[in-house]
Amino acid sequence: MNESSAHGERLGIVVGGSLTGGMEVKLDSATPIEEMAVGRYVVIEGQTSRFFGMITDIELGAIDQQLTITPPDIADSFIADVVTGTSTYGKLQVTPMLTISGDATSLLEGPKPVKTVPRHFSPVREASEQDVELVFGREDERHFYVGTPLDMETKVCLNIPEFVTRSNGVFGKSGTGKTFLTRLRLIGMVQKGAAANLIFDMHNEYGWEGTSEHVPNVKGLKQLFPSQVALFTLDEESARRRKVSTDYVVQIGYDEIEPEDIALLRETLNLTEPAIEAVYQLAREFGQARWLEGFFDLSTREETKELLEKLHVHESSYRNLRRGLERLKRLSFLTPRARDNSVQRILEYLDRGMHVVLEFGRYTDITVYVLVANILTRRIYDQYRERMERAMGEKVDKPHPLVITIEEAHKFLNPEVADQTIFGIIAREMRKYNVTLLVIDQRPSGIYDEIMSQLGTKATYLLDNEKDIDSVLMGVSGKSELKTVLSKLEAKQQALIFGHALPMPVVVKTREYGSTESYRELGFREAAELKRKAEEEIKDLF
Amino acid sequence: MAARIGEVIEASTGSFVAECYDLHSPPPLGSLVRTSDSEVDIFGVVCHASTESIDPGRRPVARGRDEHDEENIYRQHPQLSRLLRTTFETLAVGHRQGDNIYRYLPPRPPRVHGFVYLCEPDDVRRFTASLDFLTILLGAKEVTADEVISACLRLASCAYDDSRAFLVGAGKELAILLSSDLNRLNSVLRRIRQ
Ligand SMILES: Nc1ncnc2c1ncn2[C@@H]1O[C@H](COP(=O)(O)OP(=O)(O)O)[C@@H](O)[C@H]1O
Ligand SMILES: [Mg+2]
Repeated sequence: MNESSAHGERLGIVVGGSLTGGMEVKLDSATPIEEMAVGRYVVIEGQTSRFFGMITDIELGAIDQQLTITPPDIADSFIADVVTGTSTYGKLQVTPMLTISGDATSLLEGPKPVKTVPRHFSPVREASEQDVELVFGREDERHFYVGTPLDMETKVCLNIPEFVTRSNGVFGKSGTGKTFLTRLRLIGMVQKGAAANLIFDMHNEYGWEGTSEHVPNVKGLKQLFPSQVALFTLDEESARRRKVSTDYVVQIGYDEIEPEDIALLRETLNLTEPAIEAVYQLAREFGQARWLEGFFDLSTREETKELLEKLHVHESSYRNLRRGLERLKRLSFLTPRARDNSVQRILEYLDRGMHVVLEFGRYTDITVYVLVANILTRRIYDQYRERMERAMGEKVDKPHPLVITIEEAHKFLNPEVADQTIFGIIAREMRKYNVTLLVIDQRPSGIYDEIMSQLGTKATYLLDNEKDIDSVLMGVSGKSELKTVLSKLEAKQQALIFGHALPMPVVVKTREYGSTESYRELGFREAAELKRKAEEEIKDLF
Repeated sequence: MAARIGEVIEASTGSFVAECYDLHSPPPLGSLVRTSDSEVDIFGVVCHASTESIDPGRRPVARGRDEHDEENIYRQHPQLSRLLRTTFETLAVGHRQGDNIYRYLPPRPPRVHGFVYLCEPDDVRRFTASLDFLTILLGAKEVTADEVISACLRLASCAYDDSRAFLVGAGKELAILLSSDLNRLNSVLRRIRQ
């Protein structure tokens, strides 16, 4: 074992602290304080075990108060060199997260949660690449490389099969890298074959290609894995304009829209409570599958008036409802009768182990997004539930795990609607029916607490609203320390990831995506190259 | 060979006094010298030097009123160099037994008439590889203790290629030892800064 890679640079020694409050580390005078950074990893060499921790704060200390009143003459570089690390010194706050014991059995078992603290004056080192690898695993058939820790080259890997057993979240301000990270995670899931994916792609970024601020465009899933990804669209015209060939055009029939779907749109369609109430009345009158058509069919004044009286619906509620529903009527993918069963088509692909991206085309309006995602998910979920229940009773296979990706998650999961929507149910029951969510949001405080706390692995980029930060870190141990770390993230491509699929919280610079090099690393080969390879193989044959 | 500069004429536990073989040529203040008590080498740091009449009852008198040149006085009165002598005092700061150097007081003071040598750069580096002896100098009762410390460090630094690094290291040691007396620390640092 090479000495320099096995041990990081020595930084200082433990001078105090507690298990709950973190360790105080006095920096050696040779350690330049300005090169320290919160979020970075250190290893504390205790007497019997090694503690793996994260720097959560950096402080300046002086041994004598007088020194701060009459500062030494540090314009003199000699005096400056002498006083740093002696009369004045740097201090780190280190939160120990895991212990790695020295003996062979514990090495095999891997890192364990900390239950004690290192003794006084234990030396503290920078974590070496090997330490990080020991904690986060190596890229292999289960571990997918998502990024590198601060100032290190080591790969931080996500345990994908573990990851998909829970619903997960990606948060952060707009433009920080949520879409890029989500795309990487999806690629990880496709590569490791751990789950089928259904992606509600609001901005047409995941399927064929996505935009980037730097490179012209980045490849979507379909380009990387053409045989494993099916591209569905709500808007054939937009796809054609973008020269994207799609596998299926989704239509939704009036009969597929249930009162609950409209209730979910109360806010975006500007509907009043009585108007929603009226929808349920209509459904009772016309039947679940017929109510919307029945409503649109009301033609004469008399007919309408008669119905309203019968259902005890107020004239103003009716007008409110009418305005709202007319907006839906204008959507071209909504038709009285869909020519095909979209849900069935999606399930067919998923059953073949493929992944489905549903592009929204020009329908980037949140109303459409919520409506369509909710309708399709509800029915797909019903199917999964049925199959799971059957699998439990009879000896048939359980359905392949399914991960559903949604953006603007707070629209589905806010406290008012979370109880009713299918997404709220999925998020809460964990993996009972082999379906989990991957939620993306820039306003996590809008998501119901109870659902936030059910998310297994969370990745958060920079957030600047206090409420959002609190919501993301809710229930996490070492919250206040992580808060400091979170607030110091860079504006882009740097995320704090923590939870279920990782042994400890980690700040990563997310893996670069969009360069030819990055596609190659993900196993992608250009057509020209494939052709050349094929030709060579043919040549070899003869 | 290290230069032999004198002989011990008075010895006690923490210090010894030596007479120089050459009048008016004591080792510089703060320099590291060495003598022995037959078994151990004893290191001392020069903390004081003086030139006086050999006979305490007879103080020298001024003789140069009519001379143009100081040197002429000694030429005219050759007996003077035998009536005067230069002595220096050192603080014992450590000792060496075999290959081991200890930076604390030797078990016994040196013998009177023990030869005193000025340490060579090699010895200086070996002895100052650890600065534990600074506590002895800091604790000395001499009013000039700070002068002795700074002179000692300045001279020792000349034995190193990177004398600044040595002085910074020494400064850090002092900053810890003098953490409760910043004024004193500052005054020493000002004397050794480079
Ligand atoms: N992993 C990454 N690799 C390359 N560029 C990235 C990465 N993450 C973020 N970026 C850059 O940051 C920009 C914003 O990222 P994006 O994922 O679109 O943000 P968000 O979805 O949070 O609004 C991208 O256009 C891209 O230029
Ligand atoms: Mg985005």
